[in-house]
Amino acid sequence: MRKDLIASAVAVLLFTVVCGLIYPLAVTGIAQVTMPGKANGSQIERDGKVVGSELIGQDFQGRRRYFQSRPSASDDSADATFFNNLGPNQRDLATQQHQAAVAYARRERIALADVPVDAATTSASGVDPHISPENAEIQARRVARVRGLSLDRVNDLIDEHTDGRGLGFMGEPGVNVLTLNLALDEETR
Amino acid sequence: MNVAGWLQIVVFIAALTAVTPIVGRYLMQVFEGERVLLTPVLGPVERGAYRLLGTSPDREQDWKGYARTVLVFSGLFLAALYLLIRLQGSLPLNPEGLTAPPWDLSFNTAVSFLTNTNWQFYAGETTMSYFTQMAGLAVQNFVSAAVGIAVAVAVIRGFARREATRVGNFWVDAIRCTLYVLLPLCLVGALFLVSQGVIQTLGAYVDVTTLTGGTQTLARGPVASQEFIKELGTNGGGFFNVNAAMPFENSSGLTNFVLMLAILIIPAALTNTFGRMVGSQRQGWAVYTAMAVWFIAAVALVYIAESDSTPAMHAAGLHGANMEGKDVRFGIGSSSLFAAVTTVASCGAVNAAMESFSGLGGAVPMANMMTGEVIFGGVGSGLYGMLLFVLLAVFLAGLMVGRTPEYLGKKIGPREIRLVVIGTLFVPLVVLVFTALAIGTKWGAPSIYDSGPQGFSETLYAYTSQANNNGSAFAGYTGFVQPNGDNVGAFGITFANLLGAAAMLFGRFVPMLAALAVAGALAGKRVSPPGPGTMRTDTPTFVVLLVGAVALVALLTFVPALLLGPVVQGLTNQLF
Repeated sequence: MRKDLIASAVAVLLFTVVCGLIYPLAVTGIAQVTMPGKANGSQIERDGKVVGSELIGQDFQGRRRYFQSRPSASDDSADATFFNNLGPNQRDLATQQHQAAVAYARRERIALADVPVDAATTSASGVDPHISPENAEIQARRVARVRGLSLDRVNDLIDEHTDGRGLGFMGEPGVNVLTLNLALDEETR
Repeated sequence: MNVAGWLQIVVFIAALTAVTPIVGRYLMQVFEGERVLLTPVLGPVERGAYRLLGTSPDREQDWKGYARTVLVFSGLFLAALYLLIRLQGSLPLNPEGLTAPPWDLSFNTAVSFLTNTNWQFYAGETTMSYFTQMAGLAVQNFVSAAVGIAVAVAVIRGFARREATRVGNFWVDAIRCTLYVLLPLCLVGALFLVSQGVIQTLGAYVDVTTLTGGTQTLARGPVASQEFIKELGTNGGGFFNVNAAMPFENSSGLTNFVLMLAILIIPAALTNTFGRMVGSQRQGWAVYTAMAVWFIAAVALVYIAESDSTPAMHAAGLHGANMEGKDVRFGIGSSSLFAAVTTVASCGAVNAAMESFSGLGGAVPMANMMTGEVIFGGVGSGLYGMLLFVLLAVFLAGLMVGRTPEYLGKKIGPREIRLVVIGTLFVPLVVLVFTALAIGTKWGAPSIYDSGPQGFSETLYAYTSQANNNGSAFAGYTGFVQPNGDNVGAFGITFANLLGAAAMLFGRFVPMLAALAVAGALAGKRVSPPGPGTMRTDTPTFVVLLVGAVALVALLTFVPALLLGPVVQGLTNQLF
């Protein structure tokens, strides 16, 4: 027992130093030297100022010149993230989804039945950087109209900012809303 | 559903099956002390660690000694981790100036990480400093994994050895596991994650002015190094509150695939290690197949269920798959596969909101956990848990044909069966009693977020997950009592914190001790050569029997409870 206690005390220190300090600090060091951009959060700069991260979605509500992100339970918070946590049979969830769908249908001038599901459901992360290609295609008409761009040009930009599946079959394709909106701003500057 | 989604499931299972014998062989070499590729580099470190701990590979322990060392080590580390969390306000690497979480939350969290559960009643980025996450919680991600694997290897030795009393040296097994298996894989894995955009920095959170002129704060930290061990060690505790849904933890379909493989690789490979060490890989493949059959059924069910609309969506006028609580880059396919992977293994990382899954889509993950986490299960704990079920299956078959049950030539006696019953039924008992306590008393009520049957499901999920050391959640459960005091994200429902901690401790150590005791008993037995009446345990028939035993014992216990929650919801379009 005494022997176990002494060995355990030494092991607590040993594991903490090796797994809790040496390992993470080594990874941090290597990552910061070889891949600083990614290790620090894939930040995007415009005019010398950081405007966001490539991987983190933003809120564009009320700005008709921009593609709109998915609904977020956390108001796109990237420092206090949480899920919506409403079950599949919750009345509150139905109400939320209905309101989101109606707002989307009105904004994009489509029938309620044609609203893509990702446009009326909250994401998991609350900062989903993507929307589905179908969702983007519907929004493209409004964005082109508001910005006075041709629909073809907007669709080309959508293609450029679509991240495909990993190796062709892992996950689903998504359109990166922030980088697409940045490209649009660049286009109509 | 689409072709890519099904293809991913097929490729995933194929990849897992392909790496199982490779990693299984490597694990055997490591634990037998054979020379491996990394020995020239790590050998001196290994020997140095033995010297520091005052031990050596030739000093083996019997099962009681092994168990005692595990318990003393775990108890001491629990105290150390609790103190570290409570003192985080005075410790370095705390750029956001986070103060100590309340005592009950700290205790629940310390137990949670010690027991390989990683249930989180807190939100990482609003509660825990970089130092706590890195030098406290993530250390347990290694240690709890190493403990689980070490015990599994000791249990395997009990099955493999003949007329022996000793089952190995805990320190040697734990150190070899950490040094030769976990650390090297994590180093490579973490750097891969960074290359895909997962962050790894000690820099503070960054405030940005968004395109529309608003502000957004990007929470950051040493994420990649924690993320990979969190999956490889089937721990599951996210750096961020939304766990592997956060793009900074899991940035793409590719990282998602790699992380899922990391979750199952060691539990799968250990079946092969078992086969090799008992002298017949077929025995290992039989166990693997039983696990795989269940897993494939689970994945298919979740994927089909999630591809349909939920009652809420119907009412909202939406048509299509259930994208509520799922990110676009994962979609239905990768979210469903991840949900199945993380719950058959006792990982508990999530890349989607489990609570928003459909009735059936949520029932399957619960059922996976209710098996006692033996379908691959936690690293180590999955294998020794499943071996208890193997003995149970052998015993049931013995009753049916009227022969003395035996496994691998060893007769299974009354003592072993008594231990098996404790090891397989104690945790279900804990789940049911604790759920009843939380549902039936006024103290449990404040934890419930959703109304109607979903509120019951939340509670059932919470105690199933904690008692089986999984850690995933229907996260509405106590999730919305925040902010509390100085800690946004920490909250103080003492009842839930303490009941959950008790569930996790029971769920971790009772089956572990039962398995070690069985191993001790088996190690001493002699092996009789197979006769004409010996039941073979490496055939498809036995696989069916084993799956049946798991379903019968583990799942039937929970049918009434499952009916009250998710099944009701799956069968009705009613809203609550």
